[in-house]
Amino acid sequence: MANDLANTGNPVALQYHGITKSFFGVPVLKGVTFSLRAGHALGLVGENGAGKSTMMNILGGVLVADGGQLTVNGQAYAPKNPKDARARGIAFIHQELNLFANLSIAENIFLTGFPKTGLFAIKRKEINERTRTLLASVQLAAEPTAKVETLSPGERQLVEIAKALAFDARVVIFDEPTTSLTARECERLFALIEKLKVQGRSVIYISHALEDVRRLCEDFVILRDGEVVAQGPREDFSLDRMVSLMVGRKLEQLFPARSMVPTATALLQVAGLSQPGVIENVSFTLHKGEVLGVAGLMGSGRSETARILFGLDPAAKGEVTLDGKPFPNRNPAACIARGMAFLTESRREEGLLMDADVRENVAVAALPRFAGRGLVLQNQLQPKVDAAARSVGLAEGKIASGAVKTLSGGNQQKVVLAKWLLTEPSVFILDEPTRGIDVGAKAEIYTLINNLVARGAGVLMISSELEELIGMCDRILVMRRGEVAGVVDKAHFDREAILRLAFGGGIA
Amino acid sequence: MSNGSTLIGSTSTPAAPVVVAAARGARWQRWLRGDTWVLALAVVYFLALLPVAPDLANPENLQLILSNMLPLLVVALGQMFVLITSGIDLSVTSTIALTSVAGAGTMVWPALGLTGTAAMLAGAVAMLLIAGAVGATNGLAITRLSMPPFMVTLATMMFFSGGAIWATRSNGIPGLPEALATVSQEGFGFVPYALMLVAPFVVGAHVLLTKSVFGRRLFAVGRNAKAARVSGVPVARTVFTAYVLCAAFAAVGAFLYTGRLETGSPVLGQRIFLDVIGAAVIGGVSLFGGKGSVAGVIYGVLFITLVDNSLNILGFSSFAVLMAKGTVILLAALFDAMRARKVAVRA
Repeated sequence: MANDLANTGNPVALQYHGITKSFFGVPVLKGVTFSLRAGHALGLVGENGAGKSTMMNILGGVLVADGGQLTVNGQAYAPKNPKDARARGIAFIHQELNLFANLSIAENIFLTGFPKTGLFAIKRKEINERTRTLLASVQLAAEPTAKVETLSPGERQLVEIAKALAFDARVVIFDEPTTSLTARECERLFALIEKLKVQGRSVIYISHALEDVRRLCEDFVILRDGEVVAQGPREDFSLDRMVSLMVGRKLEQLFPARSMVPTATALLQVAGLSQPGVIENVSFTLHKGEVLGVAGLMGSGRSETARILFGLDPAAKGEVTLDGKPFPNRNPAACIARGMAFLTESRREEGLLMDADVRENVAVAALPRFAGRGLVLQNQLQPKVDAAARSVGLAEGKIASGAVKTLSGGNQQKVVLAKWLLTEPSVFILDEPTRGIDVGAKAEIYTLINNLVARGAGVLMISSELEELIGMCDRILVMRRGEVAGVVDKAHFDREAILRLAFGGGIA
Repeated sequence: MSNGSTLIGSTSTPAAPVVVAAARGARWQRWLRGDTWVLALAVVYFLALLPVAPDLANPENLQLILSNMLPLLVVALGQMFVLITSGIDLSVTSTIALTSVAGAGTMVWPALGLTGTAAMLAGAVAMLLIAGAVGATNGLAITRLSMPPFMVTLATMMFFSGGAIWATRSNGIPGLPEALATVSQEGFGFVPYALMLVAPFVVGAHVLLTKSVFGRRLFAVGRNAKAARVSGVPVARTVFTAYVLCAAFAAVGAFLYTGRLETGSPVLGQRIFLDVIGAAVIGGVSLFGGKGSVAGVIYGVLFITLVDNSLNILGFSSFAVLMAKGTVILLAALFDAMRARKVAVRA
């Protein structure tokens, strides 16, 4: 395949040529060919399971390709392990950062190659000095001796990048780098990526946040089912085209239309909810059939409000009224019994029993509904569990498969949704329901939310993706520093206005 | 097991109608993941040693193996509940010692003036009450005060063990009712009374684990306590109950051990902790929580008892037996880790 990119501008830093890879006879990469120019960023987009991670793991020496060829700076490159990749200047900033929290920044950066005096003694002074320089170049104001556990996720990422710079990486791979960053940290990261490019380094940027990809990357490669379905310069790809190439579906179909309009019946009323240092005087009303969005920066009290509502964290003051009846002493079991459900921000830590199978996960929250004299009424439970799993679009094979940890992020999120749907909630709190999942699964989740409100439930939807809130919600509550900064009606949805509220610019 | 039980534990994998090769793979996987291999291991071990130790298969010896298994089994089943929550109860041997002297003391307490079966029953009640108090102490410290199970039960182990010795000035309590010795040592035909006593606890443990809401919650807590809490599982109550059950089951074991010794002993059961944990681990109960089954524990107890018994027959010293058991438990843990990896790769 002739590659047009190679003929223009900067020299080619990295080339994939007909790379193939199968797992247990299932082809995952079916001859991937593309090239990356020096000093450019390449956006690699595709749904979960499209083969992005496999492609990058081959580059990073974690997996070995079955066929095809890689070249780095024109020379053949066949890494057998991550060390080979490092030696050729390839750095991988992983989605889940690979740092040792209990070690210092400097120790983390030089872990794989401590400069030593004699046999064992580490040149502490030297690594601290070099670390200081590296931290300055990634604009992280921290002491080299600071423990990594004291850093925020965004700062840890900067340490990872400093680590890549320590061995003068020429190709830096970012895999979903923004999922746990605040808006400000994202900006800092993007500025740093621009700087890497100016230094002549190449960047491969993988993300579901397509806006970011469009902003950062000069070239795009769209991957679907292990094949490159399109590649070229940024100008060739509108957001709409990117999505339809990824899933074979148009963008307007992403937010499915809702026939139902919210009623005036109050479902959940929150008045003056406060917890010192966490949230202050939060009040709002959620109506039957309404999707109420909650926007705000990280740490603005969005998730904290949800946790307090669901009785996971205490509140010092404030009243909660559910279905017209006060609901003072809340705990998760009582909330579930009264028809509340809470999809948490972190699937892994609070959403799923990762080692358990799909059915066990789906059943766990609804057990009291299917119990008689302390025993589980298996005959009644089992069909309902399967029905719930099917209703969220889990394939029959997935329902019967082993541990949920083997499922993709999107399917895992569907398991969590099925778990809550089985409890037949009337108030569903969703905290970042589509984080880290692909476009196809997102659309399915949006449809499920619509079905839920069509049945008269109320949905409180917390999200960091403004497009998602604007696309899905009837009203958006904006939080700032633990307080309600304002409520925006659908008629007045406007990115800028919402962001101004969130950042504290105020509305003139 | 019916498909209905596939939600619980790791003992079974739902079978999907797939191609023949995959089905064979799935069957192999299910077998590896299940407990039957432990039983197979015990049988193979038995048959392999039969040529050098033919006495193993004597009816009297088989009877001995069974009666040695019973108290250990009931104690190990109690420990299983705690292990599933990803906790551990180190105080279980001290619970045995303390309940033994408390029960024996009650049986021979002159002020009560009880004899025979009535004395035995009063003793049994005292044992259960004391055990319940020990379990509640552990459970409260772990759930209400958020202390690590290892530390809590290490401390209560020392405290109650010391308490049992202090209260008796390190003397045994003899002169127990004849009924106790009968129940613990004799039987109805080939069926020991001890088996009739233990059987309801075995069945009860199985029902609790596989059929009850409590069982589901126990596994959920062991797998991910945070996610369980969000899903409305009363985590503290579940963990508390596990420790109380553990202590209560230990009291049943203590009752049988005391009856076999015909003495209330403040150092009873001090050496069986390795056997309890070993049997559970061999039986597939994970020390990391969230895994375990009654059948597995039965097979684990069978295997441990068999090793003990066979090496005794072969004339090994008790120290050599200890070394052998240590080795076997290590190998079992290794095999467990290996099969876990194998299953993970195939999944």
